[in-house]
Amino acid sequence: MENKIVKKVDLIFQECNADEVISIIEKTLQKSQDDVILEVIDSGLKGRGGAGFPTGLKWKFTKNEDNPVKYVICNADEGEPGTFKDREILDRVGYKILGGMTICGYAIGAKEGYIYLRGEYNFLLKKLQEQVDNFNKLLQNKNVDFKVFLKSGSGAYICGEESALFESMEGKRGEPRNKPPYPTVAGYNSKPTVINNVETLVYVTMILKMGAENFKQFGTHDSRGSKVFSVSGDTPIAGIYELELGMPLQDFVDDFGDGDTKAVQVGGASGHCVPRKQFKDTIIGFEGIPTGGSMMVFNSSRSMYNVLHDYLEFFTEESCGQCTPCRVGCQQLLLGIEAVKKGERKPAYLEELKKLASTMKVAAKCGLGQSVANPFNSIVDNFKEEIIY
Amino acid sequence: MSSTDSLIKTLVERHGKDRNSLMPILQGIVKEERYLSEEAMLTVAEELNLSAADVYGTASFYTFLDTTPRGKNIIRICKTISCHMQGKDEIIEAIEEALKIKVGETTHDKKFTLLTANCLGWCHKGPVMLVNDEVYPQVTTQSALEIIENYAKK
Repeated sequence: MENKIVKKVDLIFQECNADEVISIIEKTLQKSQDDVILEVIDSGLKGRGGAGFPTGLKWKFTKNEDNPVKYVICNADEGEPGTFKDREILDRVGYKILGGMTICGYAIGAKEGYIYLRGEYNFLLKKLQEQVDNFNKLLQNKNVDFKVFLKSGSGAYICGEESALFESMEGKRGEPRNKPPYPTVAGYNSKPTVINNVETLVYVTMILKMGAENFKQFGTHDSRGSKVFSVSGDTPIAGIYELELGMPLQDFVDDFGDGDTKAVQVGGASGHCVPRKQFKDTIIGFEGIPTGGSMMVFNSSRSMYNVLHDYLEFFTEESCGQCTPCRVGCQQLLLGIEAVKKGERKPAYLEELKKLASTMKVAAKCGLGQSVANPFNSIVDNFKEEIIY
Repeated sequence: MSSTDSLIKTLVERHGKDRNSLMPILQGIVKEERYLSEEAMLTVAEELNLSAADVYGTASFYTFLDTTPRGKNIIRICKTISCHMQGKDEIIEAIEEALKIKVGETTHDKKFTLLTANCLGWCHKGPVMLVNDEVYPQVTTQSALEIIENYAKK
């Protein structure tokens, strides 16, 4: 089945061997550091990991820090339920990731780059290490003062949070830090650090290859470019698709749904659940619902209670336990919906639980606890009957 | 010197005595021994000049850094939503039945430990199973058991 409405794009997986990436880097090195950063800013590229911070600005802040030691880190700790695109990118176009890291290193003045790969993807290590070794040699031959290293995670969702990732790389428990200071000031080893998602770094290589103007042709004013989506659930064509940003969710459902789509969870477990009646008015992009690319499709045979229960179990297990709102909050939300389901609590108790989720949004230390309210409130609000009965 | 001690010595030589080396060293031990014994953690603490509590604190944080004995092969079945929708329960039941163990347990011959895992990143090809570092997407009850049988022969 081929989708017809949503516009497909082919930038991320376009073949590009090591030599081609090196020639893009050579071309980039002829520009000044500021010009490279300006090009990335001008492209409108925003982080593709989910948070959507403007990539060029992140680079600019880091470049402005006066420190002889800086780092570039590729966040390959993809763990958001429903997200699997980084695995495919790492597997298919590794050199383009390394290219993006090198370009960033030059722009901000860093000499070392690290890829933090989640432990669940250890089967990719061998191939990636070969590519990294080969690439480092090529950089050395061209007298480019930048070297990439590989680090591996050990099964902790929270380490995808940037400051928890630094802690993990420093041999500690993956517990998020207080912010500020932000990574651009004090990241890995407390040095100024740019940390970008795998996909973001590939787009960097493509932007420097094709120019910011050409990249901006894709997407909308607020959501420049395209994005790799991980499509799963009740769809006949589950898989990985690079699509233009700014599409109405209805168009997506028309192409990818099975004709009986009840809801789409946009942005993984920590994202928003959009019910059928809102498909038409929901835009996938930074002007609507931003996403790390996870699109989980549910048809009318699915119980949204089970879906929410799964998500809450996930967060309860993956909460690092450091801050009370998240540690206790996740547990209580889970126990709470179980109690309502069993009739031990009145349906009105769901309103109390929503207040708890909202408290977590302001009181939790990091994005994990802060975002639990997204799935909780959107599922409870739109599928209250399924939670109660 | 015990085999664990010499393994740790090799890992420390390779990665260095820096605190930043703690994760790769612990990962190296788990790769060989499948878990971190008390003895191993104490030796690492001594080698890196860290407190034992510090090493245990880091180790106990990570799902893949087990501190209880595990079998030679660790089977992890993804239990997150997409794999749930694609029938992970049947896979788990079939394996429990075949190996005569429950999730979290290890077989008597110490060959297999059965665990569940949170999202393994194969939502479009579930249910997915990880055996040690190898990944097996779209398993059926039959193919899962065949894969496990192959590991049993090794």
